[in-house]
Amino acid sequence: MAKRNETSKETITLNNQVPQLVPSEAPSELLRELVAHLRQNRNQLREEWVVRITETRLLTAMTKEEIFAEATSVYDSYVEALETEAFEALQAYARNLSERIIPRGVETHEVVGIVLLLRDVLARSLFAKYQNDFKKLNRILDAYEPAANRIANTVAVGFVQERERVIRQQQEAIRELSTPVLQVRERLLILPIIGVIDPQRARQLTEQLLRGIRTNRAKVVVIDITGVAAMDVTVANHLVQTVEASRLLGATVIVTGLSPEIAQTLVTIGVDLGKMNTVGDLQGGIEQAERLLGYRVASLAEAQ
Amino acid sequence: MEVPILKQGAFLIATFQAALSDADLNQLRMGLVQQVVKFRSRAVIVDVTAMDVMDSFASRTLREIAHMIRLRGAETVIVGIQPEVAFAMVQLGLTLEGVATALDLEEGLAYLNERFKAAN
Repeated sequence: MAKRNETSKETITLNNQVPQLVPSEAPSELLRELVAHLRQNRNQLREEWVVRITETRLLTAMTKEEIFAEATSVYDSYVEALETEAFEALQAYARNLSERIIPRGVETHEVVGIVLLLRDVLARSLFAKYQNDFKKLNRILDAYEPAANRIANTVAVGFVQERERVIRQQQEAIRELSTPVLQVRERLLILPIIGVIDPQRARQLTEQLLRGIRTNRAKVVVIDITGVAAMDVTVANHLVQTVEASRLLGATVIVTGLSPEIAQTLVTIGVDLGKMNTVGDLQGGIEQAERLLGYRVASLAEAQ
Repeated sequence: MEVPILKQGAFLIATFQAALSDADLNQLRMGLVQQVVKFRSRAVIVDVTAMDVMDSFASRTLREIAHMIRLRGAETVIVGIQPEVAFAMVQLGLTLEGVATALDLEEGLAYLNERFKAAN
């Protein structure tokens, strides 16, 4: 290493120039030198980094062995990104890493934290190496800083993108879960709705219900909205349309569980209550449905 | 395009084809009522399973058919409206109000038999 420094100094002196960027010390050349240094001191720097991670109490959800394994792969990817400037590959790596560690409960601040710690550990090692050549240190940092910033940014963005992907996936799953169409008797379907209905969900609901009516040849449908706190006028209209569309398929709809607020909304929009068959609660709704279908439910004791 | 009208006992069954022009619909309206008179039918089932769109003219024609047939003392049941068509219809406000509907031909016949059994 010392030899290298002397060579550079000689180059500058020979050319008799004011210290400035010499062709042999173009950013790419500096980066190469930097990367070589980081590779050479890999074990030591990685160890230092892991110690800092533990000290700062990051990645507490992972074991020491896991941290070491992930640290190794992150370190190598970091150095490779510095070398190749292939940030798309880095982002793909970050998303992949996130996919592994998010289910372990690792948070965004931890991921950003460890990347910044690595950045710091590497920077300090550069300070140590070039402490006797301030100008060279500056030039090395000029090459290192933008790349290091970009890496931290890329990893953080990759992590967040993966989280957003998971959230979208979960939202879709919740949406599908929350509008099941259930057959409880021959020709009788129940559609229990829970939570917030937005126009998109209302539309999905209607489509699912109409398909269900056709598939199950349902003659009566009980739509229970006990679990729906409020409904705006648009969604209330959707509900009315659902009732009308179901009728076109030959099915009668009974709506149960209307809260006072929703009842108010329906009256406000002028729903023709003659068209809407409503019963107080789900139990009442099912009982009426059974009557409509010609069932009579009796207890076994009664039957004897 | 003529819409085939079949006789099934006391009922008539008219099966719509996919694309009916306004002229076809008008022809059908007159034709159906004439057949009801001729056979003294008690009900008509209009099967629209093959229709993948229902515009306001077709919808109005169906309502008029039902009203005219009722004036002859007979019942009309529209069967086979597809889920997508039903959805589109209610969004356009075409509700076929006052006209009986059923899922398909089998259900339509069951409905009518129920009604006439009760009436007898």
